[in-house]
Amino acid sequence: MNVVVCVKQIPDPAVPGELNADNTLKREGKLILDESDSYGVEMALQLVEAAGGGEVTLISMAPNNEVSGLRTALAMGAAKAVLVSDDALHGADALTTAKVLAKCVERVGGVDLLLAATESTDGYTGTVPAQVGALLGWPALTFAKHVELGDGKVAIQRQTEAGYDDVEAPLPAVVSVTAGVVEPRYPSFKGIMAAKSKPVDEVTAGDLGLSGDDIAAHQNIVSVAAAPAREAGEKFEDDGTGFEKVVAFLDELKVI
Amino acid sequence: MKIWVFAESEGDNATTATLELLTKAREIGSVECVYVGANVDAIAPQLGEHGAAKVFALDAGDGLPGVIGGAAIAGLVEAEQPDLILFAQSGDGRDAMAVASAKLDRTVLTNGVGLAADGDTVTVNAAIFGGNTLVDTVFDGPKPYLAGIRPKSFVAEPGGAGAGEVVRVDSVDAGRAGEAKVLERHVEEREGPKLEEASVVVSGGRGIGAEENYKPLVEDLANMLGGASGASRAIVDAGWVPYSKQVGQTGKTVKPKVYLALGISGATQHMVGMKGSDNIIAVNKDPEAPIFSVADLGIVGDVHKVVPALIEALKNRG
Repeated sequence: MNVVVCVKQIPDPAVPGELNADNTLKREGKLILDESDSYGVEMALQLVEAAGGGEVTLISMAPNNEVSGLRTALAMGAAKAVLVSDDALHGADALTTAKVLAKCVERVGGVDLLLAATESTDGYTGTVPAQVGALLGWPALTFAKHVELGDGKVAIQRQTEAGYDDVEAPLPAVVSVTAGVVEPRYPSFKGIMAAKSKPVDEVTAGDLGLSGDDIAAHQNIVSVAAAPAREAGEKFEDDGTGFEKVVAFLDELKVI
Repeated sequence: MKIWVFAESEGDNATTATLELLTKAREIGSVECVYVGANVDAIAPQLGEHGAAKVFALDAGDGLPGVIGGAAIAGLVEAEQPDLILFAQSGDGRDAMAVASAKLDRTVLTNGVGLAADGDTVTVNAAIFGGNTLVDTVFDGPKPYLAGIRPKSFVAEPGGAGAGEVVRVDSVDAGRAGEAKVLERHVEEREGPKLEEASVVVSGGRGIGAEENYKPLVEDLANMLGGASGASRAIVDAGWVPYSKQVGQTGKTVKPKVYLALGISGATQHMVGMKGSDNIIAVNKDPEAPIFSVADLGIVGDVHKVVPALIEALKNRG
């Protein structure tokens, strides 16, 4: 069972985001593993362990040959990684990202399952997994809160607005997982040391056969403005009568 | 401008998000729908009432409606030449926009909260950085343009001509993607109003402490106020409550008259889903919690003390 996991390396979400002069997100400096992707990495490790053979390969697109986030996922136990880093991909949209990742899956070869997060923490378009599926011509099962493999098939519980659906598809397939799917492991000291020497295949868009119009984003940001701020109202320290303030407010709003 | 809306249903009703898109689309141009489902006869009149002159319909059987719908859209575009295709930012809507985008080789602008057209220029307004910054983006490639719009961005109002003409689409080439099958659907039981439509929403977060506290603190208060109960992503991921209760970026967008946030710190991804509420009340132990920056009334205190006292006071009022 060979599983590939899409991992995104993002600016630390705890630090307020900033835009470049061309309105793209600032990605200079150290990037970290998107926490959303740690679930896919863990799921992949568990599926490969359960299958009793095969390996987990990471694929990632990031500027400046950034590997910090990849090393975190390699330390969790992934075997190797493909990293696409190319100035031509600056400002890439979700579809371009999907094209790059689909080519990475072909480059890895012999892949049974591709896992990804439901959406990234920074860009959150949430379309990349299904776009990669469509480009590869594979079934794409999204929003999985539970994943099982067996008999050449993948079966998931797909979260829906009303509950969940049992969905299955033959392999190879793409599955996007939610943060509730598994509890990610912390890398061990041994894992962290081993990760330093695990292979990272560094490639450009050209190496993947992508250029020019393949990777052009057909969108143009024309304005960026601060959203109208919502004024904070009154704040009270509860001294045992805080509930009375809530009752009074609900009363005023005629909710009770 | 010819606009398509990827229509979705819940039972025999078109989703509110679909009707919102139709209402906005008919302000901008002529409107048609693509609908995947066996019950188009029930749905088409509702789509027509909201502005759809034509409904391209197909039955995906046990296939994934979004994936099949996206493939159907891609297959129909050349003959029908829509200028703009709108999708709701729902589970199936996201599948459909992704598949259509990949098959048509078109950029898709996602998470829109506003839409405008001036001649051939289409602008999508979206919120980034947890809703603090608004960005206007225009399409600059070949048509059709594809956009995903968050629910509750527009208000749904009838005003179309009535029953839209139904055009049946016989076959769709979804390739191997069509091999994905829905084996069974599980619908969570719900009491009281729908989360997206309730005038009062009471949500709980990590601060409620444990799964067993959700009912007595969050659900009971919601019931007393005739409202719906919601949740932060943290307690959905922890498995305390089902995803159908999640409010936020990845969950539902709510705009009730009153939103009560109990033990919710206010992560940006939560705020995106509830910031549009008319009034916000927050109860949290941490005086620095970001939720207080948007709350009309903030109580810095322990939900385990404030909420039971509140419930008791409401009971005493009868």
